[in-house]
Amino acid sequence: MTPIQEFLENLKQTPRHIRESAMRNGKAPETDRERSQSTLHNLFLHMQSVRTDRRSLRFAYTFGLGLILTASFVVLTITGILLMVYYKPGVELAYNSVKDIHFVVPAGRFIRNIHRWSAHLMVLAVFLHMARVFYTGSYKRPREFNWLIGLALLVFTLGLSFTGYLLPWDQLAYWAVTIGANIASSPREVTDAIGITAWFDPGGFQKQLLLGANYVGQESLIRFYVLHVAVLPLLISAFMGLHFWRVRKDGGLSRDESKPAPPARIGDRDLEVFAPTKTYGLMAVVRGRTPVVGRSPEGSVSSWPNLMWAELAAFMFTIAVTLVLSYFFDAPLKEMANPAIPENPAKAPWYFLGLQELVSYSAFMGGVGIPSIVLIGLGLIPYLDRDPRGVGIWFGGPAGRRTFWQSLAYGLTSVIALLAVTVNFGWLRTWFPTIPQIAIIILNPATVIVAMFSAWSLWVLRRTGSIRMSAVALFTCFLAGFVVLTAMGSIFRGPNWHFYWWPSQWPTH
Amino acid sequence: MPDSPKRRDFLGLTALWGVVIAMGTALAGVMRLPKPAVQPGPLRVFKLGDPAQFAVGSTTRVETGGFFLFREEQGFHAISSVCTHLGCVVAHNEGEGFACPCHGSRFSTDGSVIGGPAPAALPWLEIVLSPDGQLQVNAESAVPKGSRFKV
Repeated sequence: MTPIQEFLENLKQTPRHIRESAMRNGKAPETDRERSQSTLHNLFLHMQSVRTDRRSLRFAYTFGLGLILTASFVVLTITGILLMVYYKPGVELAYNSVKDIHFVVPAGRFIRNIHRWSAHLMVLAVFLHMARVFYTGSYKRPREFNWLIGLALLVFTLGLSFTGYLLPWDQLAYWAVTIGANIASSPREVTDAIGITAWFDPGGFQKQLLLGANYVGQESLIRFYVLHVAVLPLLISAFMGLHFWRVRKDGGLSRDESKPAPPARIGDRDLEVFAPTKTYGLMAVVRGRTPVVGRSPEGSVSSWPNLMWAELAAFMFTIAVTLVLSYFFDAPLKEMANPAIPENPAKAPWYFLGLQELVSYSAFMGGVGIPSIVLIGLGLIPYLDRDPRGVGIWFGGPAGRRTFWQSLAYGLTSVIALLAVTVNFGWLRTWFPTIPQIAIIILNPATVIVAMFSAWSLWVLRRTGSIRMSAVALFTCFLAGFVVLTAMGSIFRGPNWHFYWWPSQWPTH
Repeated sequence: MPDSPKRRDFLGLTALWGVVIAMGTALAGVMRLPKPAVQPGPLRVFKLGDPAQFAVGSTTRVETGGFFLFREEQGFHAISSVCTHLGCVVAHNEGEGFACPCHGSRFSTDGSVIGGPAPAALPWLEIVLSPDGQLQVNAESAVPKGSRFKV
């Protein structure tokens, strides 16, 4: 071969060589060893284990919710960066720049719609994911701490949603900032009632920190912008990394360890078992000669390609859903912010309407007190329920299923009954107009709901003698309460937050 | 003294805590930044013109100021239109009082709470006559309920 021939041959082969050098595992894997290497030798895949338990791939166990969350976050990051190209965070400019994105920017409306719909999908999925993890007992040892990280992710997701819908600076945005900032300052309700605001004013401090001024204006918008595009995305990314890492380190997805994995199907290529042949003891990973991993290798399949297909499917599903919704339904943009007149009724997006309903009883209890109680309660669940049984089984078995249905019925009826009383007969102030504010802070429909739920959960604890059952009862009640209050706020509340069966009954003016 | 720490441990711990304290102090110093030293904001004192232009029995909504101005036989009074619950702007219904569109708080004609979640009455605002003879309302300064301004 002459030098010139060699040169030409190398030139011809260059694309293939670049591909081979870029992928540490050049070709499509054929044996189990190569399949495991394609996981291990890839930066993006090495977070996953080489083998995946068959039960972790069952759709009816996870519904792919964690993956849907990840996928929607990726979509949100990409579309968010695109929107930042045109968005201008100024009170005079923001509204018109969003209008430009909607009507003038090429594909701007579509990108904004995708951003909005994947945000809604993410909020919905974060609630469903939490319910899935709870009802399958997946928060139990050794996964307690990952449950806490998940709660932080829930808070960040809601924070991102809240800061996000403020940015267009339309009527929804302006009044949401006003209400949000006043909820932050609502501890004043308590400090005022006991008369110590002059010395101790955490509410005022929080409000000042959020708004950067005494009123809602440019300082506030830029603060929420920074939170939305920098602080919260960085925090949520870091916590997502931690969350995934803990999923791996805590032994993968939870499953029922008391039973062996289902046997592999006959004729499945994965039947060939990946049995560790080298001595892991040499790497000082474990004592003894064989690792504990792969106790039942016949129950697992190689992650490449089985897990990859599942993950791709979840990503495709997320993207398909957001694209279809974005094509047919436009993200709303109300009139430009008008500090003189709020909309009537002024409603938050659906996921905050339950809170808005609670806030309409007491600002402090509904906006700060109850959410804190719920978060602390959720965080304590894995530390109070230490019973290792029932992990990986929906509701922990038939008894849990029964408790779930009973608690759902109890939660729905009690909250609906209480709301019916409130709507028809009013509350303490209607009956005793001069009642002091502190009495309403302590005793209002929101606190009564929490008391009713706690009583039910304690009763279940006494009856069944199982902390897990009482946790299922409490969680289900709060889920029912969340659904009822959200429906109440979104459908049945009209102008002046009065009760109407249907928006067509709203008075015209 | 069997329990006394070794000199090396002591020095190590001192260094460790020194680092912790230094980092904490630095963090506290940095976190001073988001707390504004001055409170930017528009002037909340409003001149409303010649008192004579307000007819007896009239109600005037001052949108920019966030209050209602009432002229009655006994004199002028101004009631804030910012809901004490979460800061929405209340609407005034003649003879009934005030209603908040956001969370359903209701106030009587003198601003006291008669329903809903509002924790306090709508404040009455200070009215003076400015040196150039105009009616002037200070939206930052509350006066006791029932105090009226006579020209």
